[in-house]
Amino acid sequence: MTSKRLTGLLMATTFLGSALAASAQDVTLTIESWRNDDLSIWQDQIIPAFEASHPGIKVQFTPSAPAEYNAVLNSKLDAGSAGDLITCRPFDASLALYEGGKLADLSGLAAMANFSDVAKSAWQTDDGAATFCVPMASVIHGFIYNKDAFAELGIEVPATEADFFAALDKIKEDGTYIPMAMGTNDQWEAATMGYNNVGPNYWKGEEGRLALIKGEEKLTDEPWVAPFRQLAKWGAYLGDGYEAQTYPDSQNLFTLGRAAIYPAGSWEISGFNSLVDFEMGAFNPPVANAGDECYISDHTDIAIGMNAASAHPDEAKAFLDWVGSAEFATLYANALPGFFSLNSAPVAMEDPLAQEFVSWRDKCHSTIRSTYQILSRGTPNLENETWNASANVIRGTETPEAAGQRLQDGLASWYAPQQ
Amino acid sequence: MQTRIKSHVIVFLAPAVLVYTAIMIWPLFNTLRLALYTNGDEGRVFSGLANFRTLFGDPRWSDSFWNALGNNAWFFVVHMLVQNPIGVALAAILSHPRLRFAALYRSAIFIPTILSFVIVGFAWKLILSPIWGIAPGMLDAVGLKSLFAPWLGREEYALTTLALISVWQFVGIPMMLIYAALLSIPEEILEAGEIDGITGWSAFWKIKLPLILPSIGIISILTFVGNFNAFDLIYAAQGALAGPDFATDILGTFLYRTFFGFQLQLGDPHMGSAIATAMFAIILTGVCIYLFLIQTRMRRYQF
Repeated sequence: MTSKRLTGLLMATTFLGSALAASAQDVTLTIESWRNDDLSIWQDQIIPAFEASHPGIKVQFTPSAPAEYNAVLNSKLDAGSAGDLITCRPFDASLALYEGGKLADLSGLAAMANFSDVAKSAWQTDDGAATFCVPMASVIHGFIYNKDAFAELGIEVPATEADFFAALDKIKEDGTYIPMAMGTNDQWEAATMGYNNVGPNYWKGEEGRLALIKGEEKLTDEPWVAPFRQLAKWGAYLGDGYEAQTYPDSQNLFTLGRAAIYPAGSWEISGFNSLVDFEMGAFNPPVANAGDECYISDHTDIAIGMNAASAHPDEAKAFLDWVGSAEFATLYANALPGFFSLNSAPVAMEDPLAQEFVSWRDKCHSTIRSTYQILSRGTPNLENETWNASANVIRGTETPEAAGQRLQDGLASWYAPQQ
Repeated sequence: MQTRIKSHVIVFLAPAVLVYTAIMIWPLFNTLRLALYTNGDEGRVFSGLANFRTLFGDPRWSDSFWNALGNNAWFFVVHMLVQNPIGVALAAILSHPRLRFAALYRSAIFIPTILSFVIVGFAWKLILSPIWGIAPGMLDAVGLKSLFAPWLGREEYALTTLALISVWQFVGIPMMLIYAALLSIPEEILEAGEIDGITGWSAFWKIKLPLILPSIGIISILTFVGNFNAFDLIYAAQGALAGPDFATDILGTFLYRTFFGFQLQLGDPHMGSAIATAMFAIILTGVCIYLFLIQTRMRRYQF
């Protein structure tokens, strides 16, 4: 009896399934992404807006965990099971996919005209001849702080390094708050929110970054070791047991109001907005002396391209054209404050914290993370080594000079201009 | 008649042989083959043992490899010194005829074994967390707060801590195997011993332990293979970079980083296969030493 009923049920679902498949004429596009935090924003805001204006195309957003994305994506592409649309990491990871024939050339896409050369540079071949991803957003580094805590302790927003460490000392002395929320367990925060956050002020942004690529500067030079010297001082201001503190721990410490300063990337804004019950402010990395020119890391972080093996190239291109439109830029920048549009069209943003971050573009010089373009092509990988070195320096197990020397030796072992 | 039996054998063996060949033997040999190639300008080129020369000759690669192998050896030593003796002790206690609630203890100790690595890694990270964990609070309650350290974040403790977490998870397996071996010892032998005046502890050392030695041997080799293939726990707790400063990097995480790539580093299946081959060779050597040197010398007892 039971087995008969089960058989009936199975038969019914089979018929139902095939009936559904037959009636569905819509093309479904699948997006590969590492932004699993943004799942609800894509599903509730971005995709419905696209589907409303493009009947017949359905879009699915299927993210994986950020740390696994590259490995998962490469395996899926090799196996032929990857989605139609691929969220592009900047520079070499995507360039390798393009050169391997996995990403389609999008140079001819109409929407590409909406982006400046700088915006596109992270997703072009070295000679700039072909562009293979539509730029979506950049992220800006800086420090987010608890305004209530600063007011309580009578601390001004620091403009210089001396102010910054004076503020940290004051918070530490008072003891109510952990001065700075960061841990070294996951390592990448130390490099991304530490080294590449404060570094551009020392190596003068693009000037130093390009000099390093050309081989005119070395990682053992003062501008590249000085950021490590600053990081070495950070350890004393991090919470108890910061060595085992993970990235989510740090986020929670700050949003629960237990820490006063959070070395941040602007991508935190939307998450933090929904969690904190105090007022947040932000300041750009303090400069050495008052009045010095300031530099910020304004990193071209995310773009979207097309799987060259997609079964629906026309529909995918329609989606990419829409991603390059001003409509998408406004939608995305406001749905995800902290991801700043790279579109040439000006985008109005409502979030005050996001406005604060983006205002630094006017007073400081923008640069991108030093390790991302070209320099992480070989083995040992400069980016991964920088994670490790930054975490070591903060924990005090490696001196700033030794860290710089190790990174330089590693880079020189495969990168000709540095040999 | 003769041929009919043979065809039967082939028919019955075929599914297992085919499936096993397709999903185990062929991929294994293909991995070994992949290690002999590199990525050249025109795709994959045969390069002989060049990958192994890089792995063992280039100090950058060989340092990582020996570091991972050394960590792996320590991981194994901790298991052998902690997991297996505790497993034997638990089994001896459980097999005591007058122990009450034995079934309850047995299940409770075995349960962590069936948990996912991800759950174990996550739960222990929370327990040991200096910020939210219960470990600092519990130590504080007994006045030993000063003993607490962020163990998973310190180079000198992290690997041992993870090994002990793994021991906690898997201690149920040696316990179960030894428990079964202890139950299979015939009562007559123990009674005969009792008549000769051997009871209690000396009965355990002189009668039971020699009889369960073959099981301990099997457990050791299972531990060896399991440890040298380990990856999940380290990855779940410390990530693929196996921090702090590669202090918890074992062969499995080293292989993962190399084969699949990590963050900006692209995967290199050929170097990855070379590491996989080295791991295979290490495990094969270990198993061979066990099979040919230890197991053949074990005495068998006829009851």
